[in-house]
Amino acid sequence: MPDPLTAPRASNPAVRFDGATARLGGRDIWSGVDLTVEQGTFVAVLGPNGSGKSTLIKAVLGLLPLSDGHIEVFGQPPGDGGGQIGYLPQRRNFDPGVRVRGVDVVRMGSDGDRWGIPLPWGKARRARDTRVDEVIDLVGASSYADRPIGEVSGGEQQRLLIAQALIRSPRLLLLDEPLDSLDLPNQGAVATLIADISQSSGITVLIVAHDVNPIASALDGVIYVAQGKVVSGTPEDVITTETLSALYGTPIEVLVTKDGRRVVVGQPDAASHHAGAHGSSHEHSHDHGGHG
Amino acid sequence: MPAALSLATLAGPGPNPIDDLRQMLALHFMVNAFRAGTIVAVLAAVVGWTMVLRRQSFVGHTLAVVSFPGAAAAIWLGVSATAGYFAGSVAAALVIALVPRSPAGRPGSQESAVIGTVQAFALACGALFISLYGGFLDGITGLLFGSFLGVSDDQVLVLGVVALVVLAVMGALGRPLRFATVDGDVAAARGVPVRLLSVVFLVLLGCTAAEVSQITGALLVFALLVMPAAAAQQLTARPILGLGLAVGFGLFVVWAALSFAFYSPWPVGFFVTTFGFALYLGAAGFRWAAARWPRGAREVDRSSQARSGELGAAVGA
Repeated sequence: MPDPLTAPRASNPAVRFDGATARLGGRDIWSGVDLTVEQGTFVAVLGPNGSGKSTLIKAVLGLLPLSDGHIEVFGQPPGDGGGQIGYLPQRRNFDPGVRVRGVDVVRMGSDGDRWGIPLPWGKARRARDTRVDEVIDLVGASSYADRPIGEVSGGEQQRLLIAQALIRSPRLLLLDEPLDSLDLPNQGAVATLIADISQSSGITVLIVAHDVNPIASALDGVIYVAQGKVVSGTPEDVITTETLSALYGTPIEVLVTKDGRRVVVGQPDAASHHAGAHGSSHEHSHDHGGHG
Repeated sequence: MPAALSLATLAGPGPNPIDDLRQMLALHFMVNAFRAGTIVAVLAAVVGWTMVLRRQSFVGHTLAVVSFPGAAAAIWLGVSATAGYFAGSVAAALVIALVPRSPAGRPGSQESAVIGTVQAFALACGALFISLYGGFLDGITGLLFGSFLGVSDDQVLVLGVVALVVLAVMGALGRPLRFATVDGDVAAARGVPVRLLSVVFLVLLGCTAAEVSQITGALLVFALLVMPAAAAQQLTARPILGLGLAVGFGLFVVWAALSFAFYSPWPVGFFVTTFGFALYLGAAGFRWAAARWPRGAREVDRSSQARSGELGAAVGA
């Protein structure tokens, strides 16, 4: 596989960090980050809790000013210009009392930021409704989209939220821990859905993940965030004993299982992050660094 | 309804309801009561529906309670009570808006303690203003539990104009406000001014609470602000249908309550609250029953089984 993070291309990369430094509460979250995400690739952002993965996503969204360096998104300053970014924030679940239908939540992704109340008729309305049905169908949520979103399961909510992120046909999809808080079968199913979307549509996907293994087979690249530093490359290059030991500055061991799964052992503050052969180790602490 | 029967014998409306209606509406103060009640019912249903969705009922209650010291202070100072209601509620809305929130802009987390403090202090101030004014013991019941007597033409005009402005702003904010309410993180990423919207909504809620207080009294505002909206949300998650139901419920509650209160010695606030409560119980009962005996339950079961089958296959692959 050619290295998608460094291979030169004619067009603008989807995302480019150039000496970027993020500072929150007087502390550098990460600094001097250089990386490139080429268009149409599927890239995971990995790293221990509190290392600044969500901060990286927020920086791409333009929600967090950099203290140094700069970021380009499709050659432009960061931010969601013209709806070309679809964003799925970390851990949203709607509690059972939320009386809003799934289809309404998806629809908000399309015109929720426009002022006023939509006309209930007309061409624009029909076009929007068609698009809503299309994305709901794409994520396989048609059978429960009309139910209140608080009443469907976590996996079903996640599918609806992915539909919401896709509705404006974005060129870049930013998914912050979409597999977190799902049970194993749903992790697998949602991971497959995301990989399919990235392969069939040519959308660039940046996915923050706790566990690389459910998505490993579809990944083009990995961005590994730890200790205020960032390493990027192919999974085979980055998730290795040498690279991670150098990144953490302490011995880390990466075990490769027979079926090609990579298990990181001895991470300083989150031992079970990348352990993840089916069912073996899903007791990761669901504790996030609080920088979100 | 047994309550209706006993009231009929107690207060004695005639056998012909049309005549009763004509008799009631021949009185100017009743016409004004119906006008004011209608304005307030529509406004409270629309703003209340959003408030229930935002889970800001506690804030709504506080803004209503604060209208009481506002009105009491206005009476003590000899200015219009209407102005006092609005001043109290809007000032409190701005104070609450200054309370720092959780980063995602979700209402209701750490602000509730501050709001409770404001509410208790406001009630105490109301009591102080009443005692400073002296005498005034009849008025305090009206301020707290509502009165529909003596709504002036000017007051109806003020209620109408404020309601129109609030509804117009609610309409203009429509989609972004709902987006920010349901899905603040994504709304913020899309450039929706989540924080600003929440401040503006608090002010609108303050205006609404002040309007409703003038009919139901400061303590029974929820009868119109929460009950119709909450009953509607029990019945449907559809936005347009839900808003329509809430407005319909609000109008029903006010019109029925005014009619009953006219023929009864009991206060209007009691009837408004009782009808609202009955509607809510009915709606909650309906939803409970609908959940126990869902239409097409078998189809749902079958499709979810099929889905988990597919998921199993996807994971096994």
